[in-house]
Amino acid sequence: MKQHILPALRLTLVCVVFFCGIYTLAIFGIAQFAPNKGNGETISVNNKVVGYLLEGQNFSNDKYFYSRPSAAGYNAAGSSGSNKGPSNPDYLKDVESRIDSFLIHNPSIKKERIPSELVTASGSGLDPNLSPQAAYVQIPRIAKARNLSEERVRNIVELHVQKPLLGLFGTTTVNLLQLNIDLDKLN
Amino acid sequence: MNTEILGVVFMYVVMVLLAIPLGKYIGKVYEGERTWLDRILNPLDKLFFKLGGIKPEKEMNWKQHLVAMLTINLVWFIFSMLVLMNMSWLPLNPDGNPSMSADLAFNTTVSFISNTNLQHYSGESGVSYLGQLILMLFQFISAGVGMAICAAVFNAMKERTTEKIGNFYNYFIKSCTRILLPLSLVVAVILLFNGAPMTFKGKDQFISLQGDTVNVSRGPAAAMIAIKQLGTNGGGYFGANSAHPLENPNYFTNIVENISIVLIPIALVFTLGYVLKRKRLAWVIFSVMTIGFLCFVIPSIYYEMKGNPAISRLGISQTMGSMEGKEVRFGSAASAYWGITTTVTSNGSVNAMHDSFTPLTGMFALLGMMVNSFYGGVGVGFLNFYIYIIIAVFISGLMVGRTPEFLGKKIEAKEMKIATIIALLHTFLILCFTALSSHLFAQDPKAYAGWLNNPGSHGFSEMLYEYTSSSANNGSGFEGLGDGVPFWNITCGIVMILARYLPIIGPLAIAGILAKKKYVPESAGTLKTDTGTFGIMIFAVIMIVAALSFFPALALGPIAEFFSMKH
Repeated sequence: MKQHILPALRLTLVCVVFFCGIYTLAIFGIAQFAPNKGNGETISVNNKVVGYLLEGQNFSNDKYFYSRPSAAGYNAAGSSGSNKGPSNPDYLKDVESRIDSFLIHNPSIKKERIPSELVTASGSGLDPNLSPQAAYVQIPRIAKARNLSEERVRNIVELHVQKPLLGLFGTTTVNLLQLNIDLDKLN
Repeated sequence: MNTEILGVVFMYVVMVLLAIPLGKYIGKVYEGERTWLDRILNPLDKLFFKLGGIKPEKEMNWKQHLVAMLTINLVWFIFSMLVLMNMSWLPLNPDGNPSMSADLAFNTTVSFISNTNLQHYSGESGVSYLGQLILMLFQFISAGVGMAICAAVFNAMKERTTEKIGNFYNYFIKSCTRILLPLSLVVAVILLFNGAPMTFKGKDQFISLQGDTVNVSRGPAAAMIAIKQLGTNGGGYFGANSAHPLENPNYFTNIVENISIVLIPIALVFTLGYVLKRKRLAWVIFSVMTIGFLCFVIPSIYYEMKGNPAISRLGISQTMGSMEGKEVRFGSAASAYWGITTTVTSNGSVNAMHDSFTPLTGMFALLGMMVNSFYGGVGVGFLNFYIYIIIAVFISGLMVGRTPEFLGKKIEAKEMKIATIIALLHTFLILCFTALSSHLFAQDPKAYAGWLNNPGSHGFSEMLYEYTSSSANNGSGFEGLGDGVPFWNITCGIVMILARYLPIIGPLAIAGILAKKKYVPESAGTLKTDTGTFGIMIFAVIMIVAALSFFPALALGPIAEFFSMKH
């Protein structure tokens, strides 16, 4: 063991300098050419930052497309999922009350049209997206709250539908923050 | 075809296509042959050797490998404890995060030097940027240790009689600089340009569209995410791991990260074929692993896409599948696929919350860790598989009445004893500790009410999962478990230490002992190990040893939950 202690100490020191130092600085250097210099891409309205492009935020106002429920309360400094098991009775009650509350705010929508992602919490608590279906079911409510025709609102949703990667792989999504910003511009 | 399923198939195909040439490259690195990166990396390695005071050409026997490995791990243990318990006043702490308590620092230290990356803290509030960078260092070097021992075992399996099986430091440094480093650079840059942050600024604040004040955690994340996937570490920068939009911004990065999880474990199988010049054997091993993997991943994708039956009964639409704990940008198929890839390898990063998986998907994730060698962690995955090979050789030797031989070396009682102890250790650790925690909870449910986030059999699954993950050096969790308390910190820490070092020592000892034995060339009487029949034999041994011994525990947890949701 004795003959291995010194190499172990020296090698550890070299690794600290190289991986914590040089490797980190190399990536940090390359980051200066990345979007917003690796500080996280932000979105501004009237020169004021209103959010991070990638991170979801809470929308509970009837004028906006709702975001998904979040176990973290959309706290971008403390991400988490609900970690509720699929058969947990308290959890199922929560989902049921979310469904009821959605139906009260969207009286023209039938229950079987509500997609589950609108009433279940995401993994990070910061999901920035909705599925197109989850946006479409909210159109009548938004149109009414904003005094717009349903068609105008639908058009703007369709503009924000992002196809799967290369049209082939993955899910179809809508970025909620960008959609709601454009919605504000309509009025 | 459904685009979600197409995405999963695409990931698997690309992964295998990349792993085959990478395996050959790794083989060349370990054999000391010329590669195209030599011009840049030869000087770098020389610098490492010079500053470390190491003579890379000095070969070691298996015991010397062991002492070198354990000594350097001891140094890392002490170093990590010191940093984690003093982070609050050390530099690079813009958010003013606190130091860790002794039990949490013990758990985290063991977790990262053992390549587990079980996290009983949350990245945003539990560590400083310095802490994150030190943990990232362990993600490189703990992976390097696993690969170095694997390389030594490959060396020992060659057709000759010898005591010397390479130099530990040589394999270790080259694994870090020539395999993990270049791949990490590539992945980190891809992540950067897709929006993952790499900054030393502290939290940001803004007012949201709806008028809420929001704080945003950031940090030097991109560098860490790359190596956490490639080194089968899995420790996330943020609490939500790769479900977090800054760690895994879109479907493309999801593909890149998910491929990174399984890339090196698969490549190492082909490395074996290259080093031993036995391509057929490599393909047999790869096929056994793949069949096992498919048995777990296909039903998992099916159940997640089908949705949660309890939610269906509420009368809403589940076209996206079971979405609790999942992100819309990944969907159910890619989340289930990740869930299984991360558990069959000992990675443990997650892009969806495993606690919220439907019961059988949770069970397949558990089985992935219980077997722990369908691809397995970098280096150590093959070491686990090696144990099963030894057992399979011995049993089939007895069945057909031939001397059990593997690659020209006789397997005798001593090797079998070691293999059996190592194979049973995993089962022993998981079941005993789960029994202990269940006993405590059942005795006094009020006192331990904070432990479980879910009632009934799912609560039991949470405890079973935690110890399975610790013992498999995986690091994922049913995160509803209230695990940030001394009981879980200490017991999981003990499990991780035993389950890391003993399964490295065992296979290394077997390989070292076998290497010393006389080489007997293959004859008509030799049991062929590179055939489909022998592949089936290994598969059967794995299923009997791993799956069956855990069946009672699984029946109490996920299987009971599955049937209770049927009515």
